[in-house]
Amino acid sequence: MEEIFDIFLLEALINGLLFGGVLALLSLGLNLICGVIDVVWICYAELVMFGMYAMFWLYGVYEVPIILAAIMSIALIAMMGLAVHYLIISPILGKPPINQLLATGGLLFFLQSFATLLWSIEYRNIGVRLSVLQFGELYLSYARLLAFGVAIVGMIALLLFLNQTFMGSAIWAISQDREIMMLMGVDTKKVYAVTSLVGCGLAGLAACLLVLQYDIHPFIGLSFGPITFIICVLGGLGNMLGGFVAAFILSEIISVGGLYSELEWGCAFVFFIVMMFLRPQGLLGKKS
Amino acid sequence: MLEVRGLNAGYGTFQALFDISLDVSAGEAVSVIGPNGAGKTILLRAISGMIPLKSGTLKMEGCDLSTVKPHEIVELGIAHVPENRRLFPAMTLDENLKMGAFAKSARGHLAERREFVYSLFPRLKERRDQLAGTMSGGEQQMCAIGRALMSKPKLLLMDEPSAGLAPVIVQQVFELIRRIRAEGLTVLIVEQNVQQVLQVVDRAYLLESGSLADSGNAADLMQSETIRKAYMGI
Repeated sequence: MEEIFDIFLLEALINGLLFGGVLALLSLGLNLICGVIDVVWICYAELVMFGMYAMFWLYGVYEVPIILAAIMSIALIAMMGLAVHYLIISPILGKPPINQLLATGGLLFFLQSFATLLWSIEYRNIGVRLSVLQFGELYLSYARLLAFGVAIVGMIALLLFLNQTFMGSAIWAISQDREIMMLMGVDTKKVYAVTSLVGCGLAGLAACLLVLQYDIHPFIGLSFGPITFIICVLGGLGNMLGGFVAAFILSEIISVGGLYSELEWGCAFVFFIVMMFLRPQGLLGKKS
Repeated sequence: MLEVRGLNAGYGTFQALFDISLDVSAGEAVSVIGPNGAGKTILLRAISGMIPLKSGTLKMEGCDLSTVKPHEIVELGIAHVPENRRLFPAMTLDENLKMGAFAKSARGHLAERREFVYSLFPRLKERRDQLAGTMSGGEQQMCAIGRALMSKPKLLLMDEPSAGLAPVIVQQVFELIRRIRAEGLTVLIVEQNVQQVLQVVDRAYLLESGSLADSGNAADLMQSETIRKAYMGI
């Protein structure tokens, strides 16, 4: 009895780690946008939903090769993010934050309803079922391993982009001092556009990974949106390293918590609320 | 090199500068002196495009600055060392310098300009991997000047380089300005430390409540009764 119990715990720990990779990817994208543009995209996870539908239509229905379908979906979501930036975010930059919350919150309901209208609330999946890896008593799904691996590669690519290019440096710098960016010859509007493109491209990548594990429906964004947002706040809004750490902590709490009770999400929220009292600036955030 | 004619500017409806005209010729070092709140910082901000003009013209080597976008002014050879240094505190010194070379015309020269800045200020080379926010005031000022030099400017605008520094560091900063001048750069420097700045520049303008009150050679102004009384406390 004792031995089997340990296997379950180990499995939960590993699954938590694997799920944390995808959550970290999502929160990195949202954090990037929050930190650089200083706007909270409440509707960020709805882009993931559209990305999953893109995969469904391209791969599941039109039978585009899966890698090509993934690249097309990522590009599509990145462009969609750029469109949202220009049409909705850009006109209300510099306005009181409540306007931005209302606008992106409104967009969330619009996108959900729009998807319902187009594709109904029917659950769909792309019909890929990856097998399960067995290590003795330990069962691990290939879909999760793949998602974790690709998410890590995606994050390393992002880090290289941020550290090696001039645009990447500008993205780091802009949240530290917005006003003097023009003295460096930086067009802040262009940095905002690139950030929206990259941040939403990450949402597209996450969609390609999540579609292997979850059924698609218009409200699937609600499964990832709130937790992504909580991760960003827990890590310190705009603090990418904080978000990365917070993603793994929360996914472990959910995964291991699920082993002992039905209230795994409750455990995560309680942890979040307690941490907000202890460190309101976020895990790695600085006091302001 | 820089030609300012009939400049009126301010923040919103508040006008801070009235009909300013001044010139800076190639190779010259010119200072704008005056009391707190006279509009010295706004003058530099107007030149580098940080605030819009109400009227007047600004020309850099004959090119009208109103014809280019604010962030493109750097490409014309104007670099601005802002008030309070304004480094990126969470980035290393090296990364701060890299940001200074962001302009398209400067990107190709990144390595070469970095070596130039390090040869001019050897102290910076020792600190290259240190976070800018953790450096001393003097080092930060050095870094801010170095960052501005990264864009290979012809004209360097400096806003109160000695502000907030200990007296012994102030001496070092003025020594840096001499070194920059020796490299053949044209400098326009705004200062409250009148006595010191008049020793490193050729000419100066006196700005009082948004208007130019006086101008002349540094040596002559140093002898002027009014300036000695009002700004040097002699």
